[in-house]
Amino acid sequence: MKIEIVSEKTDAGYLLKLKGDVDMSSSPEVRSALGEAFRQGKGARALFVDLSQVRYMDSSGIATLVEAMQTCMKQGARLRLIDLSPAVRDVFEMARLSSVFDIFASVSDAAKGL
Amino acid sequence: MIVIEDLRKNYGDRKVLDGVSFAMERRKITHILGTSGGGKSTLLKVMIGALKPDAGRIRYGDMEITNLQGRQLDPYRKKIGMLFQHGALINSLTVAENVGLPIREHTGLDDNIVKIMVKMKLEMVGLRDFEELYPAQLSGGMQKRVALARALALDPELVYFDEPTSGLDPIVASVITKLIADLNRLLGITCIVVTHAVEEAMRIADKIVILYRGKVLAQGTPGEIRESSDPLVQQFITGNPDGPISFRASSKDYREDLLIG
Repeated sequence: MKIEIVSEKTDAGYLLKLKGDVDMSSSPEVRSALGEAFRQGKGARALFVDLSQVRYMDSSGIATLVEAMQTCMKQGARLRLIDLSPAVRDVFEMARLSSVFDIFASVSDAAKGL
Repeated sequence: MIVIEDLRKNYGDRKVLDGVSFAMERRKITHILGTSGGGKSTLLKVMIGALKPDAGRIRYGDMEITNLQGRQLDPYRKKIGMLFQHGALINSLTVAENVGLPIREHTGLDDNIVKIMVKMKLEMVGLRDFEELYPAQLSGGMQKRVALARALALDPELVYFDEPTSGLDPIVASVITKLIADLNRLLGITCIVVTHAVEEAMRIADKIVILYRGKVLAQGTPGEIRESSDPLVQQFITGNPDGPISFRASSKDYREDLLIG
């Protein structure tokens, strides 16, 4: 399996931890997990996505996160990304999306101010 | 690493590729320069699998691509993108449809995801506001940028550029050159650029290969090429019309051709 996804409920909202590569073959699985987190965590203030163990993310992975952000905005929640690796950060930079997402060093940092 | 070994291709009696060998590193920018008729376009066609050489080999990593045909080339083609000299956009499709076409053809991604990806690709080339226009409504430079966005649609490891700046004004040409450098620097995309544009190559290439009459005339870093003592190389990089490279491509003697035929 290219991607492992662990979902946890926290006080501030759902936390999805991704491990592996998010590419065109695995991003639909991430999309399903995000959809499930939205259903389960309806009314939560935030959705956290921990990317610390993602070594590679292609543009379909980023598009999946953009779509998650669209959903969060509709639901009045925040999408917060945790700990991007340099390789993933470069892809965000090239897509000029670093400033679009809220990116934090840790889950505890991300939960502040919610 | 992309390794080309002793490639040979004849058109009739003309040796277009006459024992071409060199290697290109992954995640680097290689410019292949040469005179018109020097073998650049033929080499490019062979590298993308569109033309079979008469002899020789091409390897991409551990993939031998020389003799692959039809669908056997799919694993290789999924890893590469190609920016054609004239863009090759489909005129009946909008900019967004052109860019999204390879994603829709090769993946089963949801349409909303494809739309977001298309926006991202167009943002990379600075044309996000042009999604709904048709190619004919764009300038030549813009069409080339859309074509680049389409070449990037499937996140290729390697992009081939065929004369990416030809026919563009100097500012637009610089924009394309900067885009190539950024794609390489930020995304680690291997860029192989076939071009006449010496200065562009000198500015961003990690390696330059000069083809002349179907052979590798010189190869090295821009600094090494600039310092070359070979008069052919010097004439090529300075564009001097007087020198060992003749502008006459005909090999037959003129008098003989006129009088005897």
